[in-house]
Amino acid sequence: MSDQERILKFQIFRYNPQKPGDKPRMVTYEVKEATGMTIFIALNDIREQQDPSLQFDFVCRAGICGSCAMVVNGKPTLACRTMTSTFEDGEIKLLPLPGFELIGDLSVNTGKFMRAMSERVESWIHEKSSDEISFEKLEERMDPDVADEIYELERCVECGCCVSACATKRMRPDFLSAVGFMRLARYSLDPRDKRSDEEFYEIMGDDDGVFGCMTLLGCEDYCPKDLPHQTQIAYLRRKMALIK
Amino acid sequence: MKVIYTDSLVIGGGLAGLRVAIAATQRGYDTIVLSLIPAKRSHSAAAQGGMQASLGACIKGDGDDEEVHFGDTVRGSDWGCDQDVARMFVNTAPKAIRQLSAWGVPWSRVTKGDRDVIINGEKVTITEKQEAHGLISSRDFGGTKKWRTCFTSDGTGHTMLYAMDNKAIQLGIQVHERKEAIALIHEDGVCYGAIVRDLITGELIAYVAKATTIATGGYGRLYAITTNSVVSEGIGTAIALETGVATLGNMEAVQFHPTAIVPVGILTTEGCRGDGGLLLDKDGYRFMPDYEPGKKELASRDVVSRRILEHMRKGKGVASRYGDHIWLDITLLGRPHIEKNLREVKEICEYFLGIDPAKEYIPVRPTQHYSMGGIRTKATGESQTLKGLFSAGEAACWDLHGFNRLGGNSVAETVVAGMIVGEFVADYCFQNSLDVKGSTVEYFMKKEENKITDLLVRDFGENPFELKAEMQKIMMDDVGIFRNAKDLEKAVEELKILNQRAKNIALRNRVSSSNPELVEAIRVPKMIKLAQCVAYGAMLRTESRGGHAREDYPERNDKDWLKRTLTSWKDDSADLPEVTYEELDIMKMELPPASRGYGVDNTVHHPDTAKREQEIEEIKKNNPDVDRFELQKLLNPIPIPEKFKGKNERIGRGFK
Repeated sequence: MSDQERILKFQIFRYNPQKPGDKPRMVTYEVKEATGMTIFIALNDIREQQDPSLQFDFVCRAGICGSCAMVVNGKPTLACRTMTSTFEDGEIKLLPLPGFELIGDLSVNTGKFMRAMSERVESWIHEKSSDEISFEKLEERMDPDVADEIYELERCVECGCCVSACATKRMRPDFLSAVGFMRLARYSLDPRDKRSDEEFYEIMGDDDGVFGCMTLLGCEDYCPKDLPHQTQIAYLRRKMALIK
Repeated sequence: MKVIYTDSLVIGGGLAGLRVAIAATQRGYDTIVLSLIPAKRSHSAAAQGGMQASLGACIKGDGDDEEVHFGDTVRGSDWGCDQDVARMFVNTAPKAIRQLSAWGVPWSRVTKGDRDVIINGEKVTITEKQEAHGLISSRDFGGTKKWRTCFTSDGTGHTMLYAMDNKAIQLGIQVHERKEAIALIHEDGVCYGAIVRDLITGELIAYVAKATTIATGGYGRLYAITTNSVVSEGIGTAIALETGVATLGNMEAVQFHPTAIVPVGILTTEGCRGDGGLLLDKDGYRFMPDYEPGKKELASRDVVSRRILEHMRKGKGVASRYGDHIWLDITLLGRPHIEKNLREVKEICEYFLGIDPAKEYIPVRPTQHYSMGGIRTKATGESQTLKGLFSAGEAACWDLHGFNRLGGNSVAETVVAGMIVGEFVADYCFQNSLDVKGSTVEYFMKKEENKITDLLVRDFGENPFELKAEMQKIMMDDVGIFRNAKDLEKAVEELKILNQRAKNIALRNRVSSSNPELVEAIRVPKMIKLAQCVAYGAMLRTESRGGHAREDYPERNDKDWLKRTLTSWKDDSADLPEVTYEELDIMKMELPPASRGYGVDNTVHHPDTAKREQEIEEIKKNNPDVDRFELQKLLNPIPIPEKFKGKNERIGRGFK
């Protein structure tokens, strides 16, 4: 962190589709940097002091909820935990995540996309009796290492960075993307989910699924949670290739 | 006028709201959840450390059961909680956690055999039982007699919320995202849904329902620095207050967490101390054992926060440009433990502080964290005064936590309350038909339309962002960890003035659709009212209890203050709420008031306490052969919904 006060130059994408006649454009704002400043703090500063119409999404502002992904100087990332001090020249260009419906300015509708993804991969435990078993009795045991491994894959926060960084998704609008593959990997690892490999194949065994991936691996490069996308996609693909 | 009908309307898509929605849906009632944001981004996700449930599988949880959890919860609340609710809660928590396990939460499990842990600064080897292998494990948290906090690394809230939302998706429950409830529809003491603003289009929609549940979380954002997410502004609580009919309970009961990072206020979990982390002062000295030789760093949160402040006031804080702080030392836990069980903490330290917590100390200080107060409900979750309005989770004053919540009891409350209140919501939907008049709905719709129009046409007036900042500063400066009459009176007077100024907000961006400034302008007057409920309630309560610590009244005063503060805002033009009190009946308590075991006990006792203690002794003497379940019934018989009545199994003792 530098102690020197400097003026940051933010170039921000502005467009409000709700406003008749509004046109997409880049607008420059200057902000006096403070120690420990994040893009979260800077954007709020701009909204409160300069332009109250500026739209963006933050919730936890701690890198946990996945709301604030945007393209920062060309790279999709979580804005809340990006420190302004990491930009040597003090110039920061912000664009909304591509691949999602634009709500306005830096705000995109990841919620709609992620709900559809969850419905498509049936993102829940498939076990007929899970609503009938007695919760008074001891829970079903699980190998402690398996529980830890599931957690590793469940750390995804649905921020959408992997979707935005994916070239295949740009070519194939219905491509499931890494977030969907990670979810499927998570459930196929989970002994509580009784789905067979054949059933998983029905969900992802085509070009909009795991066979469509061109292995450019933008997902692996830009995942803010460092999830093992490369390994999991390779693993799912091999597993699916063995079906039939 | 756009109207959407449903049986059960749930405002808030966090753990509590989703669980209520699941319960009502499973009973066959149409349910819609409203959320400001995608449900999986709710503040529930930020709960790191864990969920309390007395499973007792881990060796350090051996001997745990409902009685021990009950005792810890009541003591933790400084006897402010509703013991009927606490009893229902401890009985249901093991079921809730097991259900979540079946729904997909990858709870950390017990591994049989030896493992090294840090207890009281020393490395100790504990041996997990063979027969516990693969069962849900637990870690130590503050204010508990047993290791009771079940967890998934330090992403517990995240995994719980994902499992819960996934279950809701499986059931096809609709979540209407980016919608904000700005007023409740009600007539003659009955609630019929809400007027809702679409945050994208700006359209107002009437959601008309038999039962309305508010599960919008706490009001931490009334304070400038808080661990809470930016959506925890208490708006659900405020719209209940604005009915003039529903009451809020114990709004002055606010919790400050001992360890949020400086300066941004992001939480580092209590699991850091539960797993063996220490608090150190500017000299690197471990000071907590001097103040609390018993529980040390793991005293109740309110106690630890006050001790830290006390120690900093002695000049022992570490000076920084953001004011004093102390150190949280987790280096002694070792890198493998941190990278496995405290990984969110590690990420937070790396990104926001630029430090490696396996090698360096973390700068922390007490920071606003939790709202014990909220919409006052009966044990069923229904408002005591507005029929058809329910509340669950942090938004509610159900009242599980009294004046201080134990770590790990908040996410536990969200799901347990969700289960229990959800059943009562379904019962309400079954027993009542929707008989609201169209003109009533229209009246509330017009009222909100007019308010927004006024905001959009006013040429000159107050800036909502500035009003909010002023309110947050008042709360920080004068309604904080230590309180006194002078500061509180000042806060109340200043908030009265802000309340007047908030009637005259003008916008720079006069657009009715998606408009962050308009959102702020709608919320800020509501937040100022809530802030006044907190400040005024704190001013009137001339005692110290749990998180409410009065420098001028340091003793807990059961004689005059064993009662719940109830606030309502009947007169819209008033600058102060109306305050009444609800007595807690000691003669019905299973656990009559006693010392919590921290510092000097200077409690002013209630005459009933000794009477009740004697009565309990006699009941025990006259019934020497009863087991703990029968004894509990003799002491305080309470109705628990049939579904959750059963006894809970544990290893080594079955259902006993």
